Amino acid sequence: MAALVSVRDVVKHFPVARSLGEVVRRERPVVRALDGVSFDVGAGDAVAIVGESGCGKTTLGRLMLKLVEPTTGSITFDGSALGGLKGPALGAFRRQAQLVFQNPFDALNPRFTIYRAVAEPLVNAGIPEAEHADRIAAAFRRVHLPDLDRYLDKYPHQLSGGQLQRVVLARALVLAPRFLVADEPVSMLDVSVRAGILALMREVRDAMGLTAIYISHDLALVRYLCDRTLVMYLGTIVEDGPTGEIVRRPRHPYTQALVAAVPVPDPDQSRAPLPIKGNVPDAREPPSGCRFRDRCPHAFARCTDEPPPLRALADGHRVACHLEIN
Amino acid sequence: MILEVDGLQIHYHTAGGTVRAVDGASFAIPEGRIVGLVGESGCGKTTAVRAIMGVLAENGRRAGGRVTFKGKPIDEATTKPLLWRDIAYVPQSAMSSLDPVYTVGTQIVEVLTKRGRHGRAAARARAAELFDLVGLSESRLGDYPHQFSGGMRQRAAIAMALALEPSLLLADEPVTALDVIVQRQILDTLRALQQRLKLSMVLVTHDISVVAYLCDEVVVMYAGQVIESGPVREVLGRPRHPYTMGLRNAFPDLMSDALELVPIAGSPPDLGDPPPGCRFTPRCPFALASCSTQAAAIGSRQDRAHVSACLRDGEADHLRTSALDPVTWQRSSAYATS
Repeated sequence: MAALVSVRDVVKHFPVARSLGEVVRRERPVVRALDGVSFDVGAGDAVAIVGESGCGKTTLGRLMLKLVEPTTGSITFDGSALGGLKGPALGAFRRQAQLVFQNPFDALNPRFTIYRAVAEPLVNAGIPEAEHADRIAAAFRRVHLPDLDRYLDKYPHQLSGGQLQRVVLARALVLAPRFLVADEPVSMLDVSVRAGILALMREVRDAMGLTAIYISHDLALVRYLCDRTLVMYLGTIVEDGPTGEIVRRPRHPYTQALVAAVPVPDPDQSRAPLPIKGNVPDAREPPSGCRFRDRCPHAFARCTDEPPPLRALADGHRVACHLEIN
Repeated sequence: MILEVDGLQIHYHTAGGTVRAVDGASFAIPEGRIVGLVGESGCGKTTAVRAIMGVLAENGRRAGGRVTFKGKPIDEATTKPLLWRDIAYVPQSAMSSLDPVYTVGTQIVEVLTKRGRHGRAAARARAAELFDLVGLSESRLGDYPHQFSGGMRQRAAIAMALALEPSLLLADEPVTALDVIVQRQILDTLRALQQRLKLSMVLVTHDISVVAYLCDEVVVMYAGQVIESGPVREVLGRPRHPYTMGLRNAFPDLMSDALELVPIAGSPPDLGDPPPGCRFTPRCPFALASCSTQAAAIGSRQDRAHVSACLRDGEADHLRTSALDPVTWQRSSAYATS
């Protein structure tokens, strides 16, 4: 299937505060949030981006929505480069690409009624007011809040977490987008409610033929949402493949540690020491060569000298590790 | 039993009326064991732990029940001298237990000198020892909390809690905000410390995977009450209460073959006005008409290791089989016919 979104060699550096010495030496230290990321997302696909805090996953999501601009590299959506979008073309992109916010308790303005919150994207997109009621009703039906009269005049604090997350999703759907980026969409919800929201997101995606990116720190959760998973470490993709493969046969040593660290609700699970050393290094000065090398139990000389490229294995699985190449 | 909680009632007085955050909760912590106190937000688990420590919010009040520590009843006044020396606390966010304007070392030394009557030199030596115990380098004692990563802060908070060698450690979501690899490192540290120091520990969490990983026993709370408790392997492997069965189905499991999680319809009740009878009735696929009028008392753990507060406890094996079928949970709130 043709790619809807293509990310090519994207680098994003954020400047950080400089010390006096750095000012004098005219150095401009940066955090390397993303350092050369490339992948395609096919139309209708659902892709998870997982990794620990600071790995660059949220920045990547924002770049794909043109909420921030890359330092270098390019992103194309449906064939047009996001970098060059202006005026009506940019407006059209904004209508087609929507963000589902992380925390439903913060995502809605507490002083706006639910109606105003959900109508806001319609107003911003210049949709005639006569169409608003129908579009809102359709979006509420999609998220299984059919008796919308019960909600529209309420304020966010009057709804439960599960209802709020449905409203947040309805707001993202009200413009009938083609592309959705959801950043930790259920991490704030209770377990018994969360399962319902996950099922709903899959149902909505299938019904509307959406292309979706789910950003999460939780590998156990994305397993229920996405067929494909990208694993990030310190601003790079270390592994990309079918979620089932990533979970059951992780190839990159970092993914192996990540999978081993996830606790499961089974008292007889393995408690073997993790195959990883130390902590995530400073993103201002990542290690040379492979960024994982100083924590990797298998690192050898080549890992220090050259960064491993993300190479395709036979089965649509890509891994950035010198071990895989040898 | 190092700690026994019997019929604990905690009320919060709010503008909207009295909220019965904990309503008759009973559980016991055996000496030298790790007990998980699990439940969803608002089930009363944190309130129960704060009540044990005598540090409720201003509008909170102990309205009934008994808490016994090492055989002696304790209340807000008598708990105070026990804090740090006998009962210590590790909060969810270590940032809130560490003062940002003092170095971490200074804060540990202060606990040792003010609470523990150590001399300053002895306190410094002990602080270094504590850092070593939790896997932090002694050289970081002079750092401020903001210079620490999240995992290091949590380790520092644990070091501080252990300063005066308490016998009971209460940890409220100690790993919730941490990345999974760091989380695992902290859980392993807690386990090693518990074994080495023969600690008794209460781990408050919403995460049954963390309970499965770390705890020996588990107490499940729902809407201010304890609805099931017993050894972890029993409660998670063969749950007896429908809520625990539902929680188990709804919980993501990285290694399971199931492709779908099964939600529990509805949401927990308003504790300002809880439903009569069993509080899980409106969401329970197995509820009988009698469930909405009478609540089952949880059995005594003196008689059985694994107890639940369900009128249909006798049919638990049969209900558990039926609970595995996702279709069961689509039946919302209508009372099941037996």
